[in-house]
Amino acid sequence: MAAEGSKFIEVQPFSDEMVLSMGPQHPSTHGVLKLELRLDGEIVREAIPHIGYLHRCFEKHAENLSYPQIIPFTDRMDYIAAMNQNWGFCLAVEKMMAADEKFSGVPERAEYLRVLVGELNRIASHLLSFGTYGMDIGAFTPFLYAFRDREEILLLFEEICGARLTYNYIRIGGVSRDMPPDWLGHVKNFIDYFEPKVDEYNALLTENKIFIERTVKVAVLDEDMAINYGITGPNLRGAGKKWDLRKDEPYSIYDRFDFDVPIGHDIPRIGAVLGDCWNRYKVRMDEMKESVKIIRQILNQEIPEGPIIAQYKAVRPPAGEIFDRSEAPRGELGFYIVSDGSVKPVRLKAKSPCFTALSALQELSKGLMVADIIAIIGSIDIVMGEIDR
Amino acid sequence: MRQFFSIVDNLSEVAVGSSKPLASLLVEILPPLPAFLEEYEQLLAMITACGIFVAVVPLIPLVLVLAERKVSAFIQDRTGPMRVGPWGILQTLADGVKLLFKEDLIPPYGDRVLFRIAPYIIVCFSLAAFVAIPFGAIDLGDEQYIFIVSNLNIGIFYILAVSSVIVIGIIMAGWASNSKWSLLGSLRSAAQMVSYEIPVGLSILSVIMLVQTLNMQGIVDQQGSGLHSWLIFRTPFSFVAFFVFFISAIAEVNRTPFDLPEAESELVAGFHTEYSGMRFALFFIAEYANMFAVCAIAATLFLGGWQGVLPGIDILGGLPGFVFKTLFLVFVMMWIRWTLPRLRVDQLMNLCWKYLIPVSFFNILGVGIWMLVLGADTMDMKSLGPSLVIIVLAVFILLRQVFKGVSGTKQETIPAPSI
Repeated sequence: MAAEGSKFIEVQPFSDEMVLSMGPQHPSTHGVLKLELRLDGEIVREAIPHIGYLHRCFEKHAENLSYPQIIPFTDRMDYIAAMNQNWGFCLAVEKMMAADEKFSGVPERAEYLRVLVGELNRIASHLLSFGTYGMDIGAFTPFLYAFRDREEILLLFEEICGARLTYNYIRIGGVSRDMPPDWLGHVKNFIDYFEPKVDEYNALLTENKIFIERTVKVAVLDEDMAINYGITGPNLRGAGKKWDLRKDEPYSIYDRFDFDVPIGHDIPRIGAVLGDCWNRYKVRMDEMKESVKIIRQILNQEIPEGPIIAQYKAVRPPAGEIFDRSEAPRGELGFYIVSDGSVKPVRLKAKSPCFTALSALQELSKGLMVADIIAIIGSIDIVMGEIDR
Repeated sequence: MRQFFSIVDNLSEVAVGSSKPLASLLVEILPPLPAFLEEYEQLLAMITACGIFVAVVPLIPLVLVLAERKVSAFIQDRTGPMRVGPWGILQTLADGVKLLFKEDLIPPYGDRVLFRIAPYIIVCFSLAAFVAIPFGAIDLGDEQYIFIVSNLNIGIFYILAVSSVIVIGIIMAGWASNSKWSLLGSLRSAAQMVSYEIPVGLSILSVIMLVQTLNMQGIVDQQGSGLHSWLIFRTPFSFVAFFVFFISAIAEVNRTPFDLPEAESELVAGFHTEYSGMRFALFFIAEYANMFAVCAIAATLFLGGWQGVLPGIDILGGLPGFVFKTLFLVFVMMWIRWTLPRLRVDQLMNLCWKYLIPVSFFNILGVGIWMLVLGADTMDMKSLGPSLVIIVLAVFILLRQVFKGVSGTKQETIPAPSI
């Protein structure tokens, strides 16, 4: 985290600074993160994140697995948006395989299915972030509402691929299974049910005066700071920068759909400034609406018939290296793969968006109160599985 | 002994008018005692009244615990406890039994005596507030008997005093746990409770000015002419005082949105972290008993107590009406808890000292001036009419503002158009 390698942090035993360890087990559900808080009474002098409690040697494992075998491991990185993790990895591998003439490219039907499940997973992920953020701030009810709606999405995923959380659905060159005959009808029912819910959640939490007082002007992550740290996704968009890989470097078939990219605003009426916790949170709420828009456009179109996975003999990407990125719900998810032409990668590195977001926590939290630390962690929406890999 | 009984006799006659507390009722309706117990009649009646009180009142928190779980489930679109007993009504019993079986752990380096005493102080003084609350009344012949344990002349003052002792119990609990976080949580909770006692007291004061008595039964008597005589409607200032009292009462009981001392900001449960088993249960019993007590006080002071909507005593001695009003306020407290997020501790203190206390002072001033100018201590329309008109207008304007604000924001915060 520190620029100069490992940093020894001195503890002065007779100072008036109190060290509070927000230990690996949190009441808030963000995973196993240890925050070493150095407090002067109620004010935080420094908040040092300690990660690694969920490190499972994913990148080292990947060196011993063939490419299709790595996909279930990507599920377990950001387990809340597992479809997007699968997709990011498959994009990178497919780009490398494009040079291979036996690889026929991803079929149309598979692309549509990928966008459908990717956007549904984006909604599910933002719902969870909304629910847990409300719970951290003290409003217990939005959590239950978010999970009620998330259940519907998980039911849809169970219908299409059999799993609720770790899907292993998006494969190299396509998807693993075609959708059941009435699945699109179920998706439509869900979208019709869900669309007014976002307004309901906005009325419940976003416009709530107490919530606003807890989150506006807290931990302002402005655009320059975000870019310096390499932060992407809703955290960057909440700072006012309109940057979304789905629009700026479109992959898959995103260029066929019409959707907006919500960004944060200065809203004097409630006191919100660009880049504060409220704006980051609001961007996620608006993004749910945009995902609904995309899914509706797919439902109104005819999904072309055809194969759901590409033709290839084996996944042996030609020797070389590639870094490809995609827009996961938490930011820009990147995979850097070095291949030597065999079935297993030489080196796989996953660039996790939450890792960069968490690295800004130390600077953001100086001078805030302990209760604000909780507000910040919820607003940058971290998942430890992705940070630790 | 005889002097003691003469004091007891005097106390039982000290009540307002011909209203007599429960002990006197028991003396009336129970069969005459054998001769050798004759001179202990009053004492036994008082002990029996206390026995009824002790038997019934601690059951209220048990019911409220289950009610909270069901209400929260209803708000959160789920069912709540359903397995233990029909509709889960025996759930609290099962929880109590479970807590009894837990290991009774006392922190090794903490203060053992204080650790043990603290829950009892909190529970006893939470329940002691019920002593002066009139639950209802019946007329037997020409005497009116009130369902009250002790009709103290300083009723409401006694209740305030007793509620303040709870703070000591909380500090003891935090200190005796030998844990930095418990201590901090308890001190924070104590600061919050002590601060919010001021708006509570001041709001009560602005209502006491209208009735000119601290006696709880006297306050209820003055609201006996029907719905329009409830103290909440007497002046617009007492209407505001009701809401100030209610908000401060929620803070007194440490409930969301004021439950930061119990929340995860310190990542522990505040002052009751180190408690397990039945001691932990006692804290919860105290919290719900306290909640019921402040709602009962609000119902008595502002909403007419056991007096009903029509003049005269309601059926069953006004008890169902009183319980309904109190439980409705308890329901509103639970509703608020499960809807609103939590205030940060500095915002909480800000709200108290910079907003509620000035408003309370303003209320007292307003009630005083109102009484001088229009004479609100009588029931004529000269004072009641303007009061009702102002209240209705203010509520109407406020509601319109709230609903306009909600729909107005939807157009403002829209995402920017795409590139």
